[in-house]
Amino acid sequence: MSVLLRDLLRHSPEFRIGAVLVGFVLLLSALASFSPYPPESVYVVPPDLPPSLVYWFGTTSRGQDVFWQLSFAIRNTLMFGCTVALVSRLLALVVGLVSGYKGGWIDRALMSVNDSFIVIPLLPILVLFYFMMRDRISWLMLALIMACFGWAYDARLIRSVVMSLKAREFTQTCLFSGMSTREILTREHLPYVMPIVFSTTMNNMVWSIGLEVTLAVLGFTDINTPTIGGMIYWANQHTAMVAGIWWWIAFPTVTVIMAFIGLFLLAVSANAYIDPRSRLWGTGGAP
Amino acid sequence: MSGITGAAMSGYLAYVGRRLGQFLLVVFIGINIAYVVTHASPVDPVEQSISAVTSYGSTAPEAIEQMRNSLRELYGLGGNPVEQYFQFWKRILRADFGPSLSAFPTPVGTLIGRALPWTVGLLAVSTIVAWGLGNLLGGLAGYYRQSRGLKLMGVIAMGLHPIPYYILAMLLLIVFGFLWPVLPISGGSAMNLPQTLTPEFVLSVLRHAILPALSLILIGVGSWFLGMRALVSNVLAEDFVVYAELAGVRPWRILTAYVMRNALVPQVTGLAMSLGGIFNGAVITEKVFGYPGLGSLLVDAVYAGDYGLVLGVTTISILGVSIGVLAIDLLYPLLDPRVKIS
Repeated sequence: MSVLLRDLLRHSPEFRIGAVLVGFVLLLSALASFSPYPPESVYVVPPDLPPSLVYWFGTTSRGQDVFWQLSFAIRNTLMFGCTVALVSRLLALVVGLVSGYKGGWIDRALMSVNDSFIVIPLLPILVLFYFMMRDRISWLMLALIMACFGWAYDARLIRSVVMSLKAREFTQTCLFSGMSTREILTREHLPYVMPIVFSTTMNNMVWSIGLEVTLAVLGFTDINTPTIGGMIYWANQHTAMVAGIWWWIAFPTVTVIMAFIGLFLLAVSANAYIDPRSRLWGTGGAP
Repeated sequence: MSGITGAAMSGYLAYVGRRLGQFLLVVFIGINIAYVVTHASPVDPVEQSISAVTSYGSTAPEAIEQMRNSLRELYGLGGNPVEQYFQFWKRILRADFGPSLSAFPTPVGTLIGRALPWTVGLLAVSTIVAWGLGNLLGGLAGYYRQSRGLKLMGVIAMGLHPIPYYILAMLLLIVFGFLWPVLPISGGSAMNLPQTLTPEFVLSVLRHAILPALSLILIGVGSWFLGMRALVSNVLAEDFVVYAELAGVRPWRILTAYVMRNALVPQVTGLAMSLGGIFNGAVITEKVFGYPGLGSLLVDAVYAGDYGLVLGVTTISILGVSIGVLAIDLLYPLLDPRVKIS
């Protein structure tokens, strides 16, 4: 593992930059545990102060310290992304493994449903969901709904890998030695699929966090839990840009963009690592 | 090359049949999700609407009761769940979502019909431009690996691609609204112009579309660029490219007719697959720039508590995106003739 990280750090500029960006964002979210103010309280500091030595990122019109508010927000936002990624990985693995291994009509049926989930525009459905739930909506509920939609693309990827694994000799050996389908899939095929699962996790987080920010900015989530989108929502509610309180919008935006680019670059470098051809190309070993 | 043979034709028809089946399945699943979301929630949309109306002032109890009954009938919430389900489908198949509550008594269908051309226009133009430009530049970047300008473009694409539509649209709004106000940042055309086909009106529509389209294009170009660059570098290693090079085919012809032609095939499938996501982006971009399309209609309908309109826009979105995907699927054999044989 440490050798792998060293190689990635040495040979992949994408990994280096991604690791720095994600590391910074993680550090900021870890600082939330040391916040002097509880996250939901308002008017704990003087409002509308620009960034200074006392209030590093300034204060909001609601009397919150932007720095500490931001650390809570990015922590909640990352947790949201992780929850969606975790649940949707499970769905993608089950569908991808079964569909790729079983083939035949099971594969065709699963992939038809799978393709439908890829195509259906999610935002209007999430908006409809918020419309029905209103104040009862919670971030866990939203995370589960998004997970129900976020698995399809990666299930296709996993399926294609399993299909090629199935054609290899060791699968036949397992089958003739009397292993059950479940055993073959979990013990033999799963380890080959895991690298893809890791790299898609980061892309999935980029996707789900992006949607969450979008919904929160419109006020279509639980706006009292601090998230990045929620911060921008409250800043818009207080017309922060017009009032010249740029730090209320700028710092959350910059932080979330760092998280997006960092996660994406990590996914790119992980993909390059999985594909041996591009790995060779990166070290100058191929034409 | 003796025209379309019988076998190829029947292969094409079988392909069309499969895609039509997939289209119907997408619509079926999408509408069912909409049904589950609206009917499984603990909140009654009728009570929601009534509380939204009555919160503005006192209303006579009989009037509320009358409204409750008519709304129940309108939303098909009477009877047992099976009846409700078929009622729901009947309304959707007839595209009948009743009158809009926020713009009473205009039917929801009329409001959607007014908004639809704006969204379709914005979406079609920006998707085609982003896809075409991204593939062209990505193809060049994959072929001319040493070019510094194209390498820099790759770095920019990597930085732009993961940013969500909302954030990029907001950044453009800040830049062109506060820092350098040269472009209109809100609306679909100038308010004082009549909506007829005059040169001023067309020019105004184009000027208003620049920023919303730009935010969709900037993100789109990034993803197509990265995909195409990776595909081209894979195709370059194929035997037929090496053979063409050895046979002395000119580089430009190798790039266009040998490499990009083949790399475009998965990009067309990619376009069909990401259409839903691009639509999500258009919805949110329209809201940021106050563009009079489906996105603004949807968000404003939520704020106004207009159930029929929200449901109508959701349904039309599912249908519209599926039709777009079907259209791409049906054009696909033009690029990849193999589907006619298999």
